[in-house]
Amino acid sequence: MDKHVLLRDLDTPNIRELNVYQANEGYAAWRKAVGGMKPDEVIQVVKDSGLRGRGGAGFPAGVKWSFLPKDVFPKYVVVNGDESEAGTFKDHQLIEKNPHQVIEGVALCAYAVQAATAYIYLRGEFYEPSRVLQQALDEAYAAGLLGKNIQGSTYSLDIYIHLGAGAYICGEETALLESLEGKLGQPRLRPPFPAVQGLYAKPTVINNIETLANVPPIVLNGAQWYRQFGTEKSPGTKIFCVSGRVNKPGNYELPLGKHTIRELIELAGGTIDGRPVKGILPAGSSAPILPASALDTKLDYESVQAAGSILGSASFVILDDTVDIVWAARKMVRFFKHESCGKCTPCREGTHWALKLYDKIVSGHGSLHDIIMLLEVGNGMANKCFCLLGEFATSPILSTIKHFRTEYEQFVREHQGGRANGYHDELMRDHAIVDHAIAGAPGEHGSSG
Amino acid sequence: MRKVFYVLHVTNYARQDIMLKEKHATEIEAILAKYPTKRSAVMPLLYVAQQEYGFCDEQAIREVAELTALDPTEVKSIVGFYTMFFEEKTGQYVIEVCDDLPCALRGADKFVQHCEHKLGIRAGQTTPDGKFTLRTVMCIAACDRAPVAQVNREYKYSLTPESFDKMVDELK
Repeated sequence: MDKHVLLRDLDTPNIRELNVYQANEGYAAWRKAVGGMKPDEVIQVVKDSGLRGRGGAGFPAGVKWSFLPKDVFPKYVVVNGDESEAGTFKDHQLIEKNPHQVIEGVALCAYAVQAATAYIYLRGEFYEPSRVLQQALDEAYAAGLLGKNIQGSTYSLDIYIHLGAGAYICGEETALLESLEGKLGQPRLRPPFPAVQGLYAKPTVINNIETLANVPPIVLNGAQWYRQFGTEKSPGTKIFCVSGRVNKPGNYELPLGKHTIRELIELAGGTIDGRPVKGILPAGSSAPILPASALDTKLDYESVQAAGSILGSASFVILDDTVDIVWAARKMVRFFKHESCGKCTPCREGTHWALKLYDKIVSGHGSLHDIIMLLEVGNGMANKCFCLLGEFATSPILSTIKHFRTEYEQFVREHQGGRANGYHDELMRDHAIVDHAIAGAPGEHGSSG
Repeated sequence: MRKVFYVLHVTNYARQDIMLKEKHATEIEAILAKYPTKRSAVMPLLYVAQQEYGFCDEQAIREVAELTALDPTEVKSIVGFYTMFFEEKTGQYVIEVCDDLPCALRGADKFVQHCEHKLGIRAGQTTPDGKFTLRTVMCIAACDRAPVAQVNREYKYSLTPESFDKMVDELK
């Protein structure tokens, strides 16, 4: 790849400015669409490109757009910028460094489905990036690219930013809609699907920031151009977030299916001190862990799935041989326990008891039986939760035990009898915070779980 | 339908003269204009209230409830659900350090220990002078620049014990 399709700030540092963006084909697709393309033509080109949702599910974007009923108004476009999966930081870079491409993508999506309003939902922690995006929106309005009768056409569009307030569950699309409507961020039962009854019970498209950032170059250059990158089933480029035990953590944009996990780690500077890889989390905490034997897996949706995990948002967390797998699993379970919204029992109770078991093991009071109990809790939750958060929460439990069971057993034996280990302080801190939350003392506040 | 009567225990009448509605009239109007329902404005308005009062106390909840035509209990439940709305008074600077897995793989736990030592408090507490609150938080989407923290929602990337000490000393 000579040039980035998404992380264009790496090629053109000031692309966040409107004039620089416009000088580099910025808003050309938007002018082309509003100036003479039929909305269905925009949907068709996105369909033909084979662009798949980059938020995690990988559903074809154009197909999603075509599900909206044509004769119901108003329609809404909601952009998912909740980016809360541990290890994911790609949308962060996109909105901060290339905001106009995001806005142009949102506008094209809104035009394609004929929505007059779009909301960009950003996690509350993105207060600073939201200022950058708002400034870009203001510039676009001032340049007549948004607002009433855009570029002399009959089409009008308003784009608003909405900030969340710290809840992982709001990345789940129906929980996001609830949150946007001013309610607790808890998922909705489907059907009805958002395409039919979404925001304010109106037809709604929900797409991830990265997905929509792909749309301007697709509309401008055509589906065939886009398909030169990637594979037949996973076309295009994808941003891979690499974090953990590597020398150069960061975002790397690569065509799908061309490179392997090993090459991605090399691109990220290799592991710290060149230590051997122990495990790979291909989509943060929610993806089943892959052992080092999967290093030669190709980076596309199908290959990662065949290897036993999911590509999801492609946030690769790399664990080397210095990492205690039981400790890492506990960290992930703690995350899900904290973020469980409390709506359904398997998730609310399951994450709670799983963390208790991990605390017992990590503090040195566990037995081999507790490993079996963990499997029971994990299997007791699997396929029974209301939304994917609960299902994701079983990944760190079941997959780490599957691949590293001997290490669990060794951990239990080595730390038997509560012998002092390096995790004491951390456990104390977590529990002090939990106690505070219950007592209503300053610090952690109720939490979303 | 059962009508819910909610009695608020107002402990500080003196504060009632600050009214968000008047003091932030333009901002509030702009927020309400973004959505077809008033209810959708509840989170942005809570941010306005929190900015004004420092945390979402009863006064803040009552005012936001009035602006959104919601019952105060509903607003209170929103405050409780989302971690970024504070129910208790915090320090002037809220320091939130991520200790989730990706950051922890790059030394976040040790870093939090350092923060606790420097500030003389445990995570979850506020310094006696009311200056700093230290919290640990889940992933804040900046794992490539770990250890990472936010101070009053401003990112502080690639922190070291030295840069943390310097930051705290400058804020003192």
